[in-house]
Amino acid sequence: MKHRRFNLPGLAVFAALLLLWEVSSHSNPNLQSYFPPPSEVMSVLFRLAFARELLGHLVDTLERFLGGYLLAAAIAVSLGVCLGYFRLAHSFFDLLIELLRPMPSVAIIPVAILLLGIGDAMMIGVTVYACAWPILINTIDGVRSIDRTLIDTGRTFGLGRMRILREIALPAAAPYIMTGLRVSLPIALILVTTSEMVVGGSGLGYFILDEERSFRTKEMFAGIAVVALLGYALNRLFVALENRMLAWHRGITAKGTP
Amino acid sequence: MKAQAPILQVENLSKSYRQAGGESTRAIENISFTVNVGEFVSLVGPSGCGKTTLLMSIAGLIAPSAGRVTVKGAAVNGPPRDLVLVFQEYNKSLFAWRTVLGNVLFGLEAKGRSPLDAEAKGRWLIGLVGLEGFERHYPWELSGGMQQRVAIARALAYEPQVLLMDEPFGSVDAMTRLELEDGLLKLWKELGTTILFVTHDIEEAIYLSDRIYVLGRRPSRVIHAVDVRLERPRNQLTTRADPDFMKLRNEIYRRTAGEARNEA
Repeated sequence: MKHRRFNLPGLAVFAALLLLWEVSSHSNPNLQSYFPPPSEVMSVLFRLAFARELLGHLVDTLERFLGGYLLAAAIAVSLGVCLGYFRLAHSFFDLLIELLRPMPSVAIIPVAILLLGIGDAMMIGVTVYACAWPILINTIDGVRSIDRTLIDTGRTFGLGRMRILREIALPAAAPYIMTGLRVSLPIALILVTTSEMVVGGSGLGYFILDEERSFRTKEMFAGIAVVALLGYALNRLFVALENRMLAWHRGITAKGTP
Repeated sequence: MKAQAPILQVENLSKSYRQAGGESTRAIENISFTVNVGEFVSLVGPSGCGKTTLLMSIAGLIAPSAGRVTVKGAAVNGPPRDLVLVFQEYNKSLFAWRTVLGNVLFGLEAKGRSPLDAEAKGRWLIGLVGLEGFERHYPWELSGGMQQRVAIARALAYEPQVLLMDEPFGSVDAMTRLELEDGLLKLWKELGTTILFVTHDIEEAIYLSDRIYVLGRRPSRVIHAVDVRLERPRNQLTTRADPDFMKLRNEIYRRTAGEARNEA
């Protein structure tokens, strides 16, 4: 199927909802203080963007997001490749993973505050923790599903275990790893904004909550819009990157389905 | 003279597998044979006779229960440096994330060659297996026969002195198979690599080999050894029509069929 540049029906639904919000907000003054019309939110957004206050929060959030996400990726991919490849190691950690994984990660925020204080270290820490699980699980699955013949191919060419891990297991598991990374992307954003709301100071999460407490709902919605756009942009960026890196894999899957 | 010593020696090799119930089944038993430098030797036997187990043991990928394998006089306990195995399942053995050239270059990288002359060598090998122009293609874009050629080129890039091939043409169609057989003989003549070839196809073994070892049913043993003295270069039409070819085929067939009868 050809990829369309603009999803017209989707845009129409989105525009219709904004219009409905706009109209109902104008027609009901009581509602207006909680749900200011989108047009006013937009104008506040522009004003804030040029006042550089919001921009500062955006940069802080982005930094925490990137720090946590990339650190989680590095840790979880290397650990996952090892746990997937060495059966014995996996049996040691299997139970621990199954116990910790289903726990909602925000529950460790208080623990992280005790351990790491209320600064960037804590916010990045909980982000790493939450993001690591989907990447870890998918990487382990990916490496375990590698065909024996592929590993034996590396061995007959005289490769040692570490080279097999790096040059064969890692690329062979790449489609799984990318799935894990894609799942973690919104999780990272959730954890960063949530912890910013909890410990305050700076960042979009802090900004949204702070404006709400000061009853500046237009500013609050402007902050929410920025977080939404950030999540959307990051996801688009990721998909573009994934398509480039896994071009070989897309070919195989496309061939498999008529 | 040193050159007279066999490059590959298999002595009393046995392999048993332990099953779930604690019982062990014997896959191969007391197999001995030798392969000389530059020879094309085939192992022929019925499906499921333990040919793959034998080849995996020779390649150092599994440890035998008893006996030993020596390559150039050194005992095998792990994948030997001068030997490489080509698998039947090329689609599982090729690296899907690497192009044709990338797969072939892997053989050179594994050997530790400098990247500068590696690319030229890789392209030369790709030309040698008849895949010129497909360097930038991914394996899934090629037919089965072409994929197996990539796997062979990758193995040759490693410059093995002994090439082990486990039913390499078992999953391609009959026409492609004949082409691949002739291609392999051409490579063998050009590079002088010693080849140990496993197949269940008696005619394929005769067509390719200098010598054939016939394996019996499980637990597999060598039940017969035949020298093939058919003229080279061989030809799919004239060689296969040669009366000596027929005689060899009948001889080997009778041996394997007789084996089956004795067992019944």
